[in-house]
Amino acid sequence: MSRNFIRQVLYPAINYLLHRYANPARFMRMSARVTPWLAGITILLAGSGLYLGLFVSPADYQQSETVRIMYVHVPAAWIALSCYVGMAVGAAVGLIWKHPLAHVMTKSSAPIGAIFTFLALLTGSLWGKPMWGTYWVWDARLTSMLVLFFLYIGYMALNNAFDDPGRGTTTSAILVLVGSVNIPIIKFSVEWWNTLHQPASVIRAGGPAIDGSMLWPLLLMIAAYTTYYVWVLFIRMRTDIMETRLRALRMRQVHEQAGT
Amino acid sequence: MQEFLDMGGYAAFIWPCFIVSAVLLVGLLVVSQRQSKSIEATLTALEAEMPSRKDMS
Repeated sequence: MSRNFIRQVLYPAINYLLHRYANPARFMRMSARVTPWLAGITILLAGSGLYLGLFVSPADYQQSETVRIMYVHVPAAWIALSCYVGMAVGAAVGLIWKHPLAHVMTKSSAPIGAIFTFLALLTGSLWGKPMWGTYWVWDARLTSMLVLFFLYIGYMALNNAFDDPGRGTTTSAILVLVGSVNIPIIKFSVEWWNTLHQPASVIRAGGPAIDGSMLWPLLLMIAAYTTYYVWVLFIRMRTDIMETRLRALRMRQVHEQAGT
Repeated sequence: MQEFLDMGGYAAFIWPCFIVSAVLLVGLLVVSQRQSKSIEATLTALEAEMPSRKDMS
């Protein structure tokens, strides 16, 4: 792609689409319609995933019943990573196109991602004890996951460190982008280094290495965690947009009282 | 039932995973929902007080 094409066609086109279709007012209308559906779908998916995972799926021939931890561990790790990728995209779009909704999305994602990362670490640790004989090892997968947790926490701390909301947006968006080098490290850590953690068994060359009786509950739980993530993200984004509007109104009120 | 709860002797590892996951996820949902409702109420009250130029929500 030539530089002119990017500058004269691509950049303005994305800019137009972003501001035309992703403005806060449109988002408020869209999300109000979508949230009840997300709630219903999440409950259905989680209900069927838990039923299949706890009652129908068999125990593993090596790991016996502990394999059921997989149904809450893998989905949590999946959201922990994809939530961060979403935040990085939001931070980039916010920095490049100055799009307000993108920063709202990044900011609202952080607590959700932090909780999922914590859950991935905790369930992994409780799975590790009976299977590996230890709650924790400082190997590549576990350590890079812990770094991800600190990135979420650090981002939230930095965002809250500024008195004027919005001042910290640029700084913390840069932190998110810098921290995104950690994502491929987590993903490929099980291939690059020797680790206790097993390699990928769902998304791998040659198809999933898990039997259908375990793959189905796992996929249902991954889907449930994903719709839950979008559901809570929408609630939090709505809150953030309303907070911004509330601040603007209060400011106007102060100005009007000062004027009269 | 007892056999199910016992989880082949791994109950102490399996159940905390499911319980903590459920508690944290439901908790985050409830907290987010409450914040949303409370801010919406404040905003509606303030908007009723002063005529707004543009309506966002």
